[in-house]
Amino acid sequence: MAEPFLSIQHVRKSYGTNTVVQDFSLDVEPGEFVSFLGPSGCGKTTVLRMVAGFEEPSGGKIVVAGKDITRLKPNQRNVGMVFQAYALFPNLTVAQNIAFGLKVGGMNKPDADRRVAEMLDMIKLPQMADRYPYQLSGGQQQRIALARAIAPKPKLLLLDEPLSALDAKVRVSLREEIRSIQKKLDITTIFVTHDQEEALSISDRIAVMYGGKAEQVGTPFEIYNRPSTKFVANFVGTLNVLEGRVTDAAAGTVQVNTQEVSLKGKLNGSKSGDMLSLALRPEAISLGRQPGRDSSLSGEISEVHFLGSVIRVRVGIGGNTVSLDTFNSPATPPPAVGEKADISFSSSDMLVLH
Amino acid sequence: MKSGKFWAWVVFIVSAAYFFIPLIATFEFSLRLRRGVHSFDAYQIVLGDPRFQATFLYSVVAAVFTIILGVLVVVPAAYWIRLRLPQLRPIVEFITLLPLVIPAIVIVFGYIRMYGSNSPLPFLASDFGASALLVIGYATLALPYMYRAVDTGLRTIDVRTLTEAAQILGAGWGTIITRVILPNVLIAVLSGAFLTFAIVIGEFTMASLLNRPAFGPYLQNIGANRAYEPAALAVIAFAITWGCMSLIQLLSRFAPKSANRPN
Repeated sequence: MAEPFLSIQHVRKSYGTNTVVQDFSLDVEPGEFVSFLGPSGCGKTTVLRMVAGFEEPSGGKIVVAGKDITRLKPNQRNVGMVFQAYALFPNLTVAQNIAFGLKVGGMNKPDADRRVAEMLDMIKLPQMADRYPYQLSGGQQQRIALARAIAPKPKLLLLDEPLSALDAKVRVSLREEIRSIQKKLDITTIFVTHDQEEALSISDRIAVMYGGKAEQVGTPFEIYNRPSTKFVANFVGTLNVLEGRVTDAAAGTVQVNTQEVSLKGKLNGSKSGDMLSLALRPEAISLGRQPGRDSSLSGEISEVHFLGSVIRVRVGIGGNTVSLDTFNSPATPPPAVGEKADISFSSSDMLVLH
Repeated sequence: MKSGKFWAWVVFIVSAAYFFIPLIATFEFSLRLRRGVHSFDAYQIVLGDPRFQATFLYSVVAAVFTIILGVLVVVPAAYWIRLRLPQLRPIVEFITLLPLVIPAIVIVFGYIRMYGSNSPLPFLASDFGASALLVIGYATLALPYMYRAVDTGLRTIDVRTLTEAAQILGAGWGTIITRVILPNVLIAVLSGAFLTFAIVIGEFTMASLLNRPAFGPYLQNIGANRAYEPAALAVIAFAITWGCMSLIQLLSRFAPKSANRPN
């Protein structure tokens, strides 16, 4: 790994006796796009605000480009930030908003005007220079906020749930735009979100946070396919969790309800008789016994939801319920509730949660 | 017509009559200086009186300084309380209401005792000092209005996020207050300023007891010694106050629209 550009080292934050961030550490490479993903109250925004300088850490260190910025004021950090609530200055036009940081930084007017025009071209809103924020849509305001944050060429870009206030369609197009601008400028970026789809779709790496700690840090592929904790597995994507008991640790067999599945090499030191939580993504399960799937379980169809191109089926297996999706085929009617059905899967897709 | 609407009109007409009839009567009386005909002689006498011009100018200057002092004290204080010390708001609101509860005469006697020529801070030892003390006293009297106007203005903007947005762009506190906060609460500040102006122009107790050549004591003096001129002065003072209120209404149309909240 190259020298980290941003290094968050054992950072903690407490308000009185309430600890909201406990021992959070993360190294971010230059030009990397890292998302902090987690539910409300997990501490992701607090970490971001500590990097911005709006909150002072109770312990730990924050280093940017080799310089300790832990005790610097926000206006001394050369960091750009986009807020959930846009935070455009209502009394200034779009061009004046973008030029704000440049003027504060002492840039002369011709250079500032040139930079503002550049930024407006970049966000594809060159015709909006003289408008006031109240004359713009939410998506346009957030693009202006992004341009304003980037205009002074900050070392680091912080995005605090910038898409949360927008409608679904704008959210998708804007997140792609943010990612493409970030790649073009090669600017190191931290993105805070509670939306897993957003985080999975645009991040180089994701830090999944829970209870003030990073539960797992990894690429979207790793986070989704190899969750290291039960929380990550449950929080990211849809997951079927089956409770099972190890019947033969050496052979790798686990009993689910009254049926046995083989999980050779995945039991990681579990002993015979141990209870385990086994997890399967819906897309890893097929209805019926399928070639190439080495494990299967039998149950009864408890629910069928027709969703158009996809049919969501729930199968009861003893006390467990497994959800899976099958593609709609006009030639084949959907399965009926109460039918006996087998589900099959590859044991290699089964996750053993600790 | 529905009975609710009928009674609403009755209440409106009675209230308007209660308000306007004395005003019209005063105005009509002020026109009777010349026997047998209506004329503006009383207004001519009042406006041509050098003491009117001097005292009015004195009060206008005092009002301008009071407004400047009020803005310098109230805007940063109200901003800081909203931003960092919201738990202090009830206490500060109570303190700003005190000038409505404590009579001006009590305040001014306190000033005379505290700042007399033999005190460590002898404001009253010179004309300039006494005028400065009068401006400070006026700023105290106007505090309930100025603080509420500014606080209401601050409530319409997202103070914390705007402050943070400016900070992260490199702005210091001076820039934040002058270029971000003040322009966005300017209409509220102007409302407070005009209310302050209206209070200062007619104030009598403080100016009189501090022996300042202000408009309030002049009004009282004329009222005690003349017949028609006080009525003319009352109409002029009323017109000035109403003019201030109209300006507040006019300026509020140009308030920047808040766009710092998500749709």
